[in-house]
Amino acid sequence: MSGDANMRSVGDSLPVPEFETTAWVTPPPLSDATVAIVTSAALHRESDEGFTNVDTEYRLLPADARDLVLGHWSPNFDRTGVAIDLNVVYPIDRLEELAARGEIGAVAPRHASFAGNQPDDVATIRLDSGPRAAADLKADGVDVVLLTPV
Amino acid sequence: MSTLAHVFEAAGIATVVLASTRSVAERMGPPRALYCEFPLGRPLGKPADAAFQHEVLSRAFALLDAPAGPVLDDHPVVIEADEVPMTCSLPPRFDPNLHPAVDEANGLRKAYDRTRQRRGITGVGRSIDADGVADALRILADIADGANWKGAGIPGKNTTALCHDIRTYYEEAAIELVDGPPPAGRAIEAWYFEETEAGRLVLAARQAIKDQEAPFPVWFYMVPGHR
Repeated sequence: MSGDANMRSVGDSLPVPEFETTAWVTPPPLSDATVAIVTSAALHRESDEGFTNVDTEYRLLPADARDLVLGHWSPNFDRTGVAIDLNVVYPIDRLEELAARGEIGAVAPRHASFAGNQPDDVATIRLDSGPRAAADLKADGVDVVLLTPV
Repeated sequence: MSTLAHVFEAAGIATVVLASTRSVAERMGPPRALYCEFPLGRPLGKPADAAFQHEVLSRAFALLDAPAGPVLDDHPVVIEADEVPMTCSLPPRFDPNLHPAVDEANGLRKAYDRTRQRRGITGVGRSIDADGVADALRILADIADGANWKGAGIPGKNTTALCHDIRTYYEEAAIELVDGPPPAGRAIEAWYFEETEAGRLVLAARQAIKDQEAPFPVWFYMVPGHR
């Protein structure tokens, strides 16, 4: 079995947290919306503290930062794509281009990065660090978030 | 990602997930998800292909027009990860007095340095920097030859960090050594584990640590699970 097929089969049997309801927000038209990226690639600025292998916190990434390294601890996915082109995980330049063309309203001033390798119950990001990150982006006027995994 | 989508949406921000495992998105039901069967680690599909990345974003953002959810759509393009080792020449044997992996790593140093200079950053540095790769390989060679892993000198006894740094050193060097379009997902990984002295040494050291009955996390995360 290939590496990706193996990992996807692991995902098939992975216990997942249950959400009794699904919140729903109707955003403004995309051409008026401020858009942020939230990634689980554990991206962080090279000069900043890296993620530990049990890290449930997040890092805020300024929109102009490109000195980002991948801090995720799993060896089970390709790392070379992001080393070749940051945008394959964190499409910040693509968002800038969409904003320049008027297809989105604005690129958010800050974006958020979590580590995908979380404890199975994801209690902290669900109840603590996740809501705090959302509040940070909300304070920046973010209307839409694109979530990118690794 | 789906958990965070629920959290951010509940906080009043509309969300779209680029889902990498369809069954997880199905069971977790985030408000809007676009399942992209792309190589894991490449959620936008293709590095250095702005047009393709824009196409993915366009499909993802189109889900914001849905009147109600949860919405789960599929990107029509499937990109398989390629586990055939990429073609990449390795440095010839230079110093026969060195372990072959150490000699090889020394020979890749200039390529690694060029990548680092061009990018301005490196992913090497969780437990060692590039100057520490040779020593790290010597430690793993000792373990593969029978030394006990606990006393072998692994920095912080963190095998995962050490193996990450060695692999990243090789992968960043390899990026500089190949021409043409970016290698497919996992093609560089396959090259590293199947064709380099260092990759084979890491696999041998991992087996030795496992045989010493080290705790599961000590040896398991040294390499991808399917290896």
